[in-house]
Amino acid sequence: MFNKILIANRGEIACRVIKTARKMGIQTVALYSDADKAALHVQMADEAVHIGPPPANQSYIVIDKVMDAIRHTGAQAVHPGYGFLSENPKFAQALEAEGVAFVGPPVKAIEAMGDKITSKKIAQEAGVSTVPGYMGLIEDADEAVKISNEIGYPVMIKASAGGGGKGMRIAWNDEEAREGFQSSKNEAASSFGDDRIFIEKFVTQPRHIEIQVLADAHGNCVYLNERECSIQRRNQKVVEEAPSPFLDEATRKAMGEQSVALAQAVGYTSAGTVEFIVDGDRNFYFLEMNTRLQVEHPVTELITGVDLVEQMIRVANGEPLSITQDDVKINGWAIENRLYAEDPYRNFLPSIGRLTRYRPPAEGELGAGIVRNDTGVYEGGEISMYYDPMIAKLCTWAPTRAEAIEVMRNALDSFEVEGIGHNLPFLSAVMDHDRFTSGNMTTAFIAEEYPEGFEGVELGDADLRRIAAATAAMNRVAEIRRARISGRLDNHERHVGESWNVALQGQSYDVTIAADRDGSTVRFEDGAELRVSGDWTPGDQLATMDVDGAPLVLKVGKISGGFRIRSRGADLKVHVRTPRQAELARLMPEKLPPDTSKMLLCPMPGLIVKVDVEVGQEVQEGQALCTVEAMKMENILRAERKGVVSKINASAGDNLAVDEVIMEFE
Amino acid sequence: MKDILQELEDRRTEARLGGGEKRIASQHAKGKLTARERIELLLDEDSFEEFDMFVAHRCTEFGMQDNRPKGDGVVTGWGTINGRMVYVFSQDFTVFGGSLSETHAQKICKIMDMAMQNGAPVIGINDSGGARIQEGVASLAGYAEVFQRNIMASGVIPQISVIMGPCAGGAVYSPAMTDFIFMVKDSSYMFVTGPDVVKTVTNEVVTAEELGGASTHTKKSSVADGAFENDVEALAEVRRLVDFLPLNNREKPPVRPFFDEPGRVEESLDTLIPDNPNTPYDMKELITKIADEGDFYEIQEDYAKNIITGFVRLEGQTVGVVANQPMVLAGCLDIDSSRKAARFVRFCDCFEIPILTLVDVPGFLPGTSQEYGGVIKHGAKLLFAYGEATVPKVTVITRKAYGGAYDVMASKHLRGDFNYAWPTAEIAVMGAKGATEILYRSELGDPEKIAARTQEYEDRFANPFVAAERGFIDEVIQPRSTRRRVSRAFASLRGKQLTNPWKKHDNIPL
Repeated sequence: MFNKILIANRGEIACRVIKTARKMGIQTVALYSDADKAALHVQMADEAVHIGPPPANQSYIVIDKVMDAIRHTGAQAVHPGYGFLSENPKFAQALEAEGVAFVGPPVKAIEAMGDKITSKKIAQEAGVSTVPGYMGLIEDADEAVKISNEIGYPVMIKASAGGGGKGMRIAWNDEEAREGFQSSKNEAASSFGDDRIFIEKFVTQPRHIEIQVLADAHGNCVYLNERECSIQRRNQKVVEEAPSPFLDEATRKAMGEQSVALAQAVGYTSAGTVEFIVDGDRNFYFLEMNTRLQVEHPVTELITGVDLVEQMIRVANGEPLSITQDDVKINGWAIENRLYAEDPYRNFLPSIGRLTRYRPPAEGELGAGIVRNDTGVYEGGEISMYYDPMIAKLCTWAPTRAEAIEVMRNALDSFEVEGIGHNLPFLSAVMDHDRFTSGNMTTAFIAEEYPEGFEGVELGDADLRRIAAATAAMNRVAEIRRARISGRLDNHERHVGESWNVALQGQSYDVTIAADRDGSTVRFEDGAELRVSGDWTPGDQLATMDVDGAPLVLKVGKISGGFRIRSRGADLKVHVRTPRQAELARLMPEKLPPDTSKMLLCPMPGLIVKVDVEVGQEVQEGQALCTVEAMKMENILRAERKGVVSKINASAGDNLAVDEVIMEFE
Repeated sequence: MKDILQELEDRRTEARLGGGEKRIASQHAKGKLTARERIELLLDEDSFEEFDMFVAHRCTEFGMQDNRPKGDGVVTGWGTINGRMVYVFSQDFTVFGGSLSETHAQKICKIMDMAMQNGAPVIGINDSGGARIQEGVASLAGYAEVFQRNIMASGVIPQISVIMGPCAGGAVYSPAMTDFIFMVKDSSYMFVTGPDVVKTVTNEVVTAEELGGASTHTKKSSVADGAFENDVEALAEVRRLVDFLPLNNREKPPVRPFFDEPGRVEESLDTLIPDNPNTPYDMKELITKIADEGDFYEIQEDYAKNIITGFVRLEGQTVGVVANQPMVLAGCLDIDSSRKAARFVRFCDCFEIPILTLVDVPGFLPGTSQEYGGVIKHGAKLLFAYGEATVPKVTVITRKAYGGAYDVMASKHLRGDFNYAWPTAEIAVMGAKGATEILYRSELGDPEKIAARTQEYEDRFANPFVAAERGFIDEVIQPRSTRRRVSRAFASLRGKQLTNPWKKHDNIPL
């Protein structure tokens, strides 16, 4: 076995690989850019090598620099993680030339599968079911429109070298095809240094289901069942699970066997993933093969008990697989939620900055299942603009899907992240969504269920009452403490009463609290009672309560006269007042936030790439107004409604902060 | 006998109605509560004890003798906030527009005198059209009587003003002399001369809101210390502030049970200071991570944001915090921030509130506007305030402490009790670049030489150890243990005794 392995990556995946390497007794070398000096993967590794400035194309993906680090540290093998150099055949070649083991497939397999056009041809030849599309390279936008018409709309325009949703657009008409071609090309050029584009049929009502394969250099290949990754936003996966709630045994077997056939056709070794689109009739079409460890590999590990990173390292070391297809079982259910530094309330725009608070739920047993959190950040760390905005992968496992979801809900509730915008509330909302819990989702789930973006969850009466009861009890603790201040007028102390009014989400509940040694009984006006207990004390930002025998975990913030409560995707201002205070508060005028409907605000910190309109111009609903680049993604900002531009405050090349006014309308 | 008891109740009921149902409805329609409703929200339930409910004016001009409402436009008395005694007056806009008459003033003076005698804060709720014109000079005399008491009470008992409606003309000077002024957004304004007079005299057209609304006074003029969304929120927040303050200058600040470990370690503070010395960070994160339960009551949040002032608790005890804010103007001192912090430091010193100073200051803001504006004397206010303060003073230098601003920010030389520095601190006359350019002027033409000199200077001076070698820094501490170190420091200073030489009063450069 290798003595020392270098991880040519950063973030959570570097940390993930280091964990297994350490378990196997292998020393680890981390790489870091200027932006990652204090990153978690650097702290975890035995050695760390500085590799250049923050942009990946000047550090992590510069092959020469990585090779220097390998020589310098004497690493015998390299794990590339995902992204970066993981599917770069030149890197694999360079390693081969140097006599260093690449923890991944052979160069030939990477080349064959790395190009989406070639891979599709090979797949067809290997008897794998494929989607209709145009396999050749496309020269310009006119040709893109022509081809799109031939295939028939809707079509998917994709970067040949793409992945992770970058350089990928769906077009429903000529205009969108033209525009999508150009922006895909631009993104592909800036993200992958390869602007080749291809077009294929966009399958409607699709589900994204992929097969994990594992092959050794001795001709053995197994499939480790499927993962369903249908919950995606702009082709970026958000929630994954294994197994899929949709597949039957026959389909699973067919997909698995085709995947193995494909892997064998290209002489594949190591872990790889064959991605399929599956339609409502369980027809499946080959999409692409990812010749690397997949982000969502933990769910497979949780249901199969196989440590994929360990298997990859063993295969790279020339060992034969120790498992056969018959050994692969499906044990229970696993779900992964990707925690992104993206603000769901701002249309999921990337958020960067300091993690002033980062407290994931404890790993290990929780309720009926277990929690696993793969992360590359820590409290006090920095989320930079240079890399992927994913900061953690929260996974849960339980014997059944319903239980795994429930464990996930509770784990999300107790996951504390402050300082940056993040999608925790959105993930909670998905975990509670009927279409998800019923398993009846497609890759259009987010686009269909949140067409206007995410605006938080409206809780039902039962949930509101539970929160009202808990906060009433918490408030009582806080008020009693207030009344215990020094300097009181003896014998004239404040008596903290039993009657309170709790106002939240436009609802108002009059309650009385009867407290005893073990908790409080909160009685509502209609006679209903909830029993509340918990050890919350003022200042705690997480309240782990029990309401009528069921756990209730609340994130607690301070507002005047109450609490800011975040729970289950809802973000609430909860006011707890005496009945008289509540009566007077109802006399207060409701103040509306300033009208920004006639302004275009910069939705994220970023660079204005281009402004498409000028002052005095009339714009139509949906018309492109300007393009903002942030985190390597070009975002076209469009007119929300018809109007006339009255003022433009920014021009191309400007760096804007979030909420800066880009332009105003009459 | 029964009739007499009933008559008392009837009179009380009448008095409690103030200007009557119609005017109460009109007050509510403006989003404002009545004088008595405000007192209910300010004080503990059922704790209010009213004085002078039946006082009526004695004016006989302009037919006033026919309209003598009970209470005369102001409700006065005392009650408790979380069991601690406070005196309160609340002007009743429903009675003669809350205008101040001789008797109205006398009612206020009475509770102020009692507050002084009994050692409890005065909270004034202002909602008044101004002087009662029918009373002429008697009304002006009334204002002056109040002013004189504000002055005598200053530094003896905390005085808090809450502006919940108009407050114009001479009326502004009573709040102006109290310790804190809070306003309600959209329904309160303060000015010496109103928009009409402004238009007549200067031809300037301005609305009352623009001239003296909450936004103006919290962001531009610094007259107000805070602004709140509505009456309910404002009064809840005043209650919260009172919990930080001692009742008078003979008492220690209050102590409250707390639920936070004084030794709490915050590892994330180790990475608070960015690698690049010119990159800002949010000093408020440090404040809330030091404070008990992360609870911070900020004063003048929207004004001179390059310095932060406010109250926290450590081990349940009130501590005043002054901190440079690198996010704004790099945290430098200027006229506005010096004035803001100086007044805060003096408030703390008046009332025995220990002061925690967090330093990251690159110096004073240069420029003609600063010099013409008298930054010399304004900066000296903060220097003076720190130097004369005898309360426990603990200072933590997180990053830059350059030049004269280092001296000003509660340095050891100004009788700092504990002067800590983080390992990232740079205590020097100025930054390395500036220093090298002066020291090695002759080498300026050679960028390589200058770079080497800059590095040399950085290595020698951009650290806390030069100061620590001289004892100007008592200890270099780990950022993560700041709460523990600071809490222990203040604990050790609970018995601090220090008095300044007798004087009639000092002559701070006003």
